Amino acid sequence: MNGWSALDRFLRTAQSDVGCAEAMQMLHIYAELTAAGAPAEQRYPGIAAHLRACGPCGEDFQGLLAALHSEKD
Amino acid sequence: MTEHIAVAAGLDAESADWPRALACTGPRREEALARLHEMLVRVARGEVARRGPRLRLTGPELDDLAYQAAADALVAIISKLGQFRGESRFTTWTYKFVIFEVSAKIGRHFWRHPDVRLDAEDWERLPDRFGFDPAQEAEWRDLLAALQRAVTEELTARQRRIFVAIVLNNVPLDTLVIELGSSRNAIYKTLFDARRKLRAVLAADGYIDNDCMGSS
Repeated sequence: MNGWSALDRFLRTAQSDVGCAEAMQMLHIYAELTAAGAPAEQRYPGIAAHLRACGPCGEDFQGLLAALHSEKD
Repeated sequence: MTEHIAVAAGLDAESADWPRALACTGPRREEALARLHEMLVRVARGEVARRGPRLRLTGPELDDLAYQAAADALVAIISKLGQFRGESRFTTWTYKFVIFEVSAKIGRHFWRHPDVRLDAEDWERLPDRFGFDPAQEAEWRDLLAALQRAVTEELTARQRRIFVAIVLNNVPLDTLVIELGSSRNAIYKTLFDARRKLRAVLAADGYIDNDCMGSS
């Protein structure tokens, strides 16, 4: 990714973005759907938009997903 | 608790049993608490190990952080047991608490770190933050000058402070939450509004397209 596309991506804001509070509230449900291979993004597009844009919430989501996957190891 | 158990009745047997065991008294509760704590420590250690390579933390510090996160998550889970509505497995719900605790403790670690600078405005860092190639400065110099001007002239004092801390100084958002005594949601919203405002200004000046995502 070059500087232009990185800046462009940073400045993009999705109207559907639900924000941190709602994403954190629903994260266990969203992560479990994702881990099960269900279409979580389609069911909760506002959470998906938020997790793409918010570094800390995205990191928490990846951590929760990793915990769920580790159960299978 | 009666209402909670009724809501959880459609769950798998294990998820329905966890809240009952944790809400009762005696050896059954003690055994459930020990099992839950063990599970939370395992998840916390996995999470700090996953994030570890990107943190300035060493082995013993990471392990301490994991144990503290698990202990605090356990307290939070017990105090919020009545809020479990059975929308996921019980264990998934509990993992969320420990992941959040790991995040918060990492944020606190950086807050204490002497290298963290919140307000220093070193605009020379901006090209590197977005990965602009110094060899092609002629192509992006005007764009970044316009961005700096927009940050200075268009953002509110709070938006500007948060932009500078996160973008220029690479301060973790969770650290800023502690520093400003705010919430992740409030900081994110402020930065969200700043990003939208900056995009509009740069688009009006013809530097980028003004194609915000979404329908409304």
